Amino acid sequence: MCPVKGLGELERTVMEVLWHREHGATAREVGRVLADERDLAHTTVMTVLDRLAKKGFLVREREGRAWRYRPIATKEAYVAELMLGALSMTGDRDAALAHFARSVSDDEVELLRRVLDEVEGT
Amino acid sequence: MTGTALLALTAAGSALGAHLLTRARWTWRTPRTSIALWQALGLAWGLASIGTLLGFGVAPYGEGILLGVVRSFEYPRLLSSIHLAAVAAGLLLALLLVGVLLIAIAGVFRARRRHRALLALVAHGDPEVPGTLVLDHPAAAAYCVPGVRSKVVVSAGTLELLGPYELAAVLAHERAHARERHDLVLLPFTSLRRIFPQSSILARTLDAVELLIEMAADDRARRHRPAKELATALLRFASAGPAPTPAGTLGVIGSDETNPILVRVRRLLAPAPLPRPVRGAMLVSATVVAALPLILYAVPA
Repeated sequence: MCPVKGLGELERTVMEVLWHREHGATAREVGRVLADERDLAHTTVMTVLDRLAKKGFLVREREGRAWRYRPIATKEAYVAELMLGALSMTGDRDAALAHFARSVSDDEVELLRRVLDEVEGT
Repeated sequence: MTGTALLALTAAGSALGAHLLTRARWTWRTPRTSIALWQALGLAWGLASIGTLLGFGVAPYGEGILLGVVRSFEYPRLLSSIHLAAVAAGLLLALLLVGVLLIAIAGVFRARRRHRALLALVAHGDPEVPGTLVLDHPAAAAYCVPGVRSKVVVSAGTLELLGPYELAAVLAHERAHARERHDLVLLPFTSLRRIFPQSSILARTLDAVELLIEMAADDRARRHRPAKELATALLRFASAGPAPTPAGTLGVIGSDETNPILVRVRRLLAPAPLPRPVRGAMLVSATVVAALPLILYAVPA
């Protein structure tokens, strides 16, 4: 269908496959799942899995002559990690991200809602 | 010794200036110029503090700081132990300031690389918000990952919360952060804070600079979108806060006067920019403040 796509896109696709499989998968199994969507060389799948493992997203263990890959964390856990950083709740006020607005206390929420009503009323 | 005395005065003066600026409200009327003033003050404080120590240490040579430091390596025996200790302290302070800044930069780059790698795996594009990444999470969040290829990210909760115009205003605000590289502005201040975590003046400085940066991005967004959309987006966004902030992280807020969100909303709805000559004068003073210690470094004795 769409044989040439960026490595990033491929990594995503491969991760999706692994997130949906409880016991991980070997390169051949990943290739088989993706065979319906796209025609990937076996070596390409191996390269992508290897890159993801090097980046620390997958662990692998020997299975016969092949490697079996499993995700280190669930997709939800990664989303949660990103959101924690985004809401600057990690406690570290570093300059890695620029936030639109910090989260506020309960008292402030009350105050801000009131002002919002005023502003919208004008 | 006059040069050294002037450097000590500059160091004390810039600390006093910082103290006054943390209380100032007029800076909000021209955030970008005020940020330049803050940068000048920070630079002057660092250079003058280092220079005071070095200047005192190498005073016996009578050749100014730059040459004097070279002499202190050539003929250290001409200096008493107090003078030598001052030179060592000055060099250590310089090393500390630069070193921690470099460590902070490395840390930020590491955090960003991880963040980008994760985004590439779990965030997705959305035809309704082109050029923006979406995270599937119910809480409201909008932010930008700065860098050469900056990325603006919003959560599904944000898309739910804001109307299309408010969302456009928020995105314009985030793109302003990315375009003006506000992350680089903030870095020296956060790293200084890391060296002196107990300093309350540095904590207030960081708050003040952060607020000014937000205002600068607000001003930029207002050029493209009506101010009211951004104001209501801010209020809706902040009051939808998914969870109360951990106690103590934000200091005491609550009154209308100091709540950063309300302060931003007010100036969006009723802007009162400072006239151009005032801003010009501020830029000139910033330049003088930053250049003064450098000149004193070169002056002999």
